[in-house]
Amino acid sequence: MKLYIDGIGMTGPGLNDWATGAPILAGRTTYEPAPTQLVPSPLLAPAERRRMTDTVKLGLAVGSEAVAHAGCRAEDLPSVFTSSGGDGVTITSILEILVSDQREVSPTRFHNSVHNAPSGYWSIATRSRESSTSICAYDFSFSAGFLEAASLAVSEGRPVLLVSYDMPYPAVLDAVRPITSIFGVGLVLSPERSPRSLAAVTVSFGPGDGPETPMPAAFEPLRAGNPAARSLPLLTTIAEGGARTVAIRMMGGNLLTLAIEAL
Amino acid sequence: MTPLLLSHFTLASALGAGRAQTAAALRAGRSGLRPCEFETAVVPTRIGMVEGLEAPITGALANYDCRNNRLALKALEQDGFMAAVADARRRYGAHRIGVFAGTSTAGILETEQGFRHRDAGGALPPGFHYRETHSTYSVADFVQHALGLAGPALVVSAACASTAKAFGNAARMMALGLCDAAVVGGADSLCLTTLYGFHSLQLTDEGPCRPFDAARRGISIGEAGGFALVERADRAPADGIQLLGVGESSDAHHMSSPHPEGLGARMAMEKALAAAGLAPDDIDYINLHGTATQVGDAAEDQAIWDLFGDRVGCNSTKGLTGHTLGAAGIVEAIIAALSLQHGFIPPSPTTETLDPALRSRYLIQGEAWPLRRVMSNSFGFGGSNCSLILGRAS
Repeated sequence: MKLYIDGIGMTGPGLNDWATGAPILAGRTTYEPAPTQLVPSPLLAPAERRRMTDTVKLGLAVGSEAVAHAGCRAEDLPSVFTSSGGDGVTITSILEILVSDQREVSPTRFHNSVHNAPSGYWSIATRSRESSTSICAYDFSFSAGFLEAASLAVSEGRPVLLVSYDMPYPAVLDAVRPITSIFGVGLVLSPERSPRSLAAVTVSFGPGDGPETPMPAAFEPLRAGNPAARSLPLLTTIAEGGARTVAIRMMGGNLLTLAIEAL
Repeated sequence: MTPLLLSHFTLASALGAGRAQTAAALRAGRSGLRPCEFETAVVPTRIGMVEGLEAPITGALANYDCRNNRLALKALEQDGFMAAVADARRRYGAHRIGVFAGTSTAGILETEQGFRHRDAGGALPPGFHYRETHSTYSVADFVQHALGLAGPALVVSAACASTAKAFGNAARMMALGLCDAAVVGGADSLCLTTLYGFHSLQLTDEGPCRPFDAARRGISIGEAGGFALVERADRAPADGIQLLGVGESSDAHHMSSPHPEGLGARMAMEKALAAAGLAPDDIDYINLHGTATQVGDAAEDQAIWDLFGDRVGCNSTKGLTGHTLGAAGIVEAIIAALSLQHGFIPPSPTTETLDPALRSRYLIQGEAWPLRRVMSNSFGFGGSNCSLILGRAS
């Protein structure tokens, strides 16, 4: 499968967005790690912005940036959301309430706890009635989401938005599933090259137990510590304007191999 | 889309384990709903609970032991499904068979119990296995290991449309040659999160749920596991069941309430018809989402009316199985397949008085009918919609 990346959004620690983060990944600007800044999407009405959970803020921020970068209309794009942990803060608060005597679960918390909450809020915010799916594949959530989004773009013959995000759990679940930082990435994948295309990517998938492509030392803890940040070698290659083949591990002893050529 | 063969399928729900028990209960209209006596839940509602999930998973996959994976395993063990997958594995190779599973809450019951048994420092019990039980991915991970498969694997977690949408993933990846066959399905099991969550939304009926009834008050939560082995249709026997179309859409309206005019639901049905190359009148029966909430049934009725008028018979089997949430898509796809195979429309016995405001041709009584094509609807929180069309090969 050959695809084109037409737009990128990114939010991570010391990486506020793709526009300012790309030169940092490319090594042209010094990386200064700092807590991830979550900025509510301008797509949402002010009242909705205040109610948003952090996962929704993160997903909408990177999705909005990617779509704007690609010059697409968000409502026209089918979307694939992928996350290992979903909304751990909301899930933990429900688990704590279920330990209490009253067990009074908040209705809003309950509907925000579903894995597809960012996908639902995205479609509401963008008024998109296109298909949207929500995937989980543990540490392999980015690669599984990328393969699904690529398959969807090729099957439908039109651009697709991929949003991959993860954030740390509160203490109890953090102890059994450490995710070390907040990171999200949005990619607009297109089956056709356009003047907007940033990179061509040839996707292959199959058995392979080779190593994953690492990041330079400054970024490797981020890549290894957040499933969505497995995208960083891909993003860095595009930021550098280079060409490289990147391997990302998938379940079942498989590798997703992305042969990237920046355009 | 190119039709795909459901070469083997099975399930376990409140109606029983395996195809024979399920088909018998469907024909007889025997509801599996009973008063809620589950774990420590005190919720005035009925539930569709699966019997015989007491035995832990042991051996190499013992870390995966949780109610959700026990339910998945119980389904896998019915009707010779594991042997059918083993045969497919010999024909295609383990890495050429994908696993596309769905769930909404995975093994969260383990985490609910773990939170009650934290130590003085607040840590979960030492036997807690996040990846194998709590992780939303755990059901695909477990199924892939239990079946000895090594192809692409993922979980779709799009609330109550999850296991219907998983058929779309399988169809796309098979069409692109990323795998030659797929195990599609999943499991969603009872837990306190959904029992108290839906109760807080005032969406649970105290009695058995009554789809399309004038007095409907909400859902009855159920649990189920179900799986289909999906292969290319050129292997289809004359009486084989095929997946003809998948249609997915989003409501873009509200997180927990459907579009009032059923716009997203209608789009999903239209897309499924377009994918199958069929017109509305080609459908013989529609197994509705029909959860028995006030607004959900009204929205779906509007969408059915707009597309099919009163020409196509439809009903919901949720009064029999309960609403199995993330498993509803696979359960009702298999009910559609059984209806096609055996030539019957199941009844809707918990529905007593049809809501006069609803206009589609809702069938309270079941009937023998030589069905050729059946549509199955699954809609969920987040406005996630999916319609499937299944048909007989001949």
